[in-house]
Amino acid sequence: MRNDGTTALAVNQITKRFGGLTAVNEISFDLRQNEVLGLIGPNGSGKTTMINMISGAFSPSAGEIRLYDQKISGLAANEIAIHGLARTFQIVRMLPSLTVLENVCAGGVFGHTRLWGVELRQYARGLLQRVGVQGVEDAPMSALTYIDQKRVELARALASDPKVLLLDEWLAGLNPTELKTGIALIEQLRGEGRTIIIVEHVMDAIRTLCDRCVVMSSGVKIAEGTPKAVLSDPEVIRAYLGDADA
Amino acid sequence: MTDKSPRTRGFLQRSMQAMRDGLVLSASDKRHLVLGTIGFALAALLPFVSDGYALSVGISVAMYAVLATSWMLFSGPTNYISLGTAAFFGIGMYVVAGGIDLLPFSALVVIAALVGGVFAAIVGLATLRIAGVYFVIFTLGMAELIRQITVWGQAKMGSQAGLYVLVGMDDSTLYWLLIALAAIVFLVGWWIGRSRLGFALRIIGNDEVVAVHSGINTARAKVVLFVISSVFASITGALVAPRYSYVEPTLAFSPFISFQVVIMALLGGVHRLWGPLVGVIPFTLMWEVINASYPRLSTLLLGVCFLLIVYFIPHGVVGLIESLRGGYRKRGGPLRDLLQNTLRSRKSNNA
Amino acid sequence: MSILIIGLLLGGTYALMAMGLQLQYGVARIMNLANGEILVAAAFGTFWFFTAYQLSPFISLLIVVPLAFAVNWAIYHWLMLPLVRRAKNQGQLEVDSILATFGISFIFIGILLAVFGGDYLNYSYLARPFYILGEAYGLNRIAAFLMSAAICIGLYLWLHRTRTGLTLRAVSVSPSAAGLVSINVERASALAFALGGAVTAAGGAMLSMFLTFDASLGVLFTLKGLVIIIMGGVRDIRGAIVASFILGLAETAVAILVDPGLTLAAAYVLFLIILLVRPEGLFGRRST
Repeated sequence: MRNDGTTALAVNQITKRFGGLTAVNEISFDLRQNEVLGLIGPNGSGKTTMINMISGAFSPSAGEIRLYDQKISGLAANEIAIHGLARTFQIVRMLPSLTVLENVCAGGVFGHTRLWGVELRQYARGLLQRVGVQGVEDAPMSALTYIDQKRVELARALASDPKVLLLDEWLAGLNPTELKTGIALIEQLRGEGRTIIIVEHVMDAIRTLCDRCVVMSSGVKIAEGTPKAVLSDPEVIRAYLGDADA
Repeated sequence: MTDKSPRTRGFLQRSMQAMRDGLVLSASDKRHLVLGTIGFALAALLPFVSDGYALSVGISVAMYAVLATSWMLFSGPTNYISLGTAAFFGIGMYVVAGGIDLLPFSALVVIAALVGGVFAAIVGLATLRIAGVYFVIFTLGMAELIRQITVWGQAKMGSQAGLYVLVGMDDSTLYWLLIALAAIVFLVGWWIGRSRLGFALRIIGNDEVVAVHSGINTARAKVVLFVISSVFASITGALVAPRYSYVEPTLAFSPFISFQVVIMALLGGVHRLWGPLVGVIPFTLMWEVINASYPRLSTLLLGVCFLLIVYFIPHGVVGLIESLRGGYRKRGGPLRDLLQNTLRSRKSNNA
Repeated sequence: MSILIIGLLLGGTYALMAMGLQLQYGVARIMNLANGEILVAAAFGTFWFFTAYQLSPFISLLIVVPLAFAVNWAIYHWLMLPLVRRAKNQGQLEVDSILATFGISFIFIGILLAVFGGDYLNYSYLARPFYILGEAYGLNRIAAFLMSAAICIGLYLWLHRTRTGLTLRAVSVSPSAAGLVSINVERASALAFALGGAVTAAGGAMLSMFLTFDASLGVLFTLKGLVIIIMGGVRDIRGAIVASFILGLAETAVAILVDPGLTLAAAYVLFLIILLVRPEGLFGRRST
């Protein structure tokens, strides 16, 4: 089932400049259907900028991004969402005045899936169950623990039934027990054949979850391959640890 | 996933679906409808039981009920505070005043709605795509801008600053028209509240970044609602024009209308459809007294009242009652979260 | 030619008002919708000193400006600080302060109406012609411009050459980072807010020499000031000065060529152009 060869997301020579600073410099990679791709690199290497360009929060200065047959670079974020791309955020973003269930519903109305009414609520309930949040549908988001908030955010992203899912440091800030649960949850998604890009610092998660990794440093791609291969690549180690310790 | 993506369905089909969605009524919906109908029916009886003075107060209450509720339709869920109600109110009034010798009153009300709507669309398209703070600033001087242009236009065309609006309309008719308009505002508000548009706006009000990434065309949703809200303000201005019989720019575009609308809505609370109404009734009554007793200090007192509300009842009376009853969920009151999303999105753009 | 000169003279006075707003919004993070009312109140005060005591507007500055400083300090301390403290984030503070200062603006209007009534007021001071390149300009406009320029330059130097100025600029860049290097952010903000009000009041005193005022005019000045800082940048004094001149020129051109009653339309046209073309301001940086 894995990697049937279809390219889900093609990133081609993408560059982003902020004034004089080049945050992402001519990066290219492909994400295949049903693949889980890790986007890793030290802080400030341009990963989040990359994710923001894919999801449409920024438009790239140069280059092209395609989602299946559709060119999505240059489209507004809401249009990209409609084409089937969903994301979570580095710092969890809730809709505080909406109930937990409504938070999930928000993902399934205007984007790639467009449900409404009873159908929507049932669908959202199912997703809450899937991510393991139960019995708090009508509670406010503030009543949830941090990991449950992250789960709800994940359910919101899943509600659009995305063709490609972007998880931006979804595991960050979790304690060791929560981390295990979190990894298991993503693994479950992977098992279902979801196509996912994860940006992550947690190396355990990368080893467990990723089919392949793209490593960025200072805005350029320095390695690509299986987690095992890239994590032993001398240049990757140098990027993380610096020259003297390498 | 299913492939019958609703996007591929036609606009008509989607609208039909939306209508059907709106028509599925729960028990509490039905109760609200019945209560609302009874309320409006009782309100409509006022001209039969009261004298001229009570009716004129009733007209003020009905007028501000429409203005404050329609203001809340936009500013409540989005938290974009509009300070420009008077601009739309005045446009409506002036359309009637300027055209009364040429066209029937009813046609002018329709034109007023159209002119107000187009103007709101232009303002919305210019300001609502970017940070909310620009919208606030833009609306701040808008009434004065239109007033200046009106005065100038009248001078150019050689007409007088003031215009006579002599329509044979008695106070009872005006009152019923306003009550009917209020009923329409409530129905529209109720329908928006249960529609996708309403849900989109609540998401936008919470976090615009999430809204965009969920596939919402945030600018369009905001502009549509701002237009709806402004059309009601324009119609109100058009309807009450005959009451003044002599309309002049300073009256039509008075900044106090904008100010009072914001006060009343905040006093009542902007997170329930009937919230503004709770503010309108006591405030209008109190205002009648203050205006009669201390006309020289009325502006000052108005400002003081406003500050008291901002500092001590930030969630409005409705919020206060609900929090006292303990059932009040923190809903991000009028004083919270405005622009916050836009600011946040601006920040993330700089990240 | 006369449009150019009158426009620049007017722009110079607007620059004062804009710097006042910049201090309040850029440093103290309060978007003060009552700023225009402070300006109008100062103009009324200057009028009163002139008609009742024959005080020259320049002497009045010595009274009006410290008074405005004190009043604005009090407003910040009693009304804004509680909002700053209860705000959980910048966005909330922005909303709270917009609503609160909107209310304060009506209180000011109410006080002015109660004290001075609703009439238009003006007085005649230095209303003599002064010739530049053969054309006559009101000496009062020129005197107001020179005084405004002196205050602007003084303020600029103070902000850039003194320790306290540096403190304010640090808070303007980042209140939280300024707090980390043991700057008392609340005090710096109060100072900036009060100083901003004082500078705006100076602008009002100067404008009163050649403009006619009534109690309801404040909102126009607030709007003009906000348009200037949107154009020039919230934290860029030079940008604000350039923007002030642009607004002064645009207004004068409209007043002379079209109609003096349409000056607000000139400000709105500039505002619209900025919104549609360069929402980041004249000198703002944009990505890409």
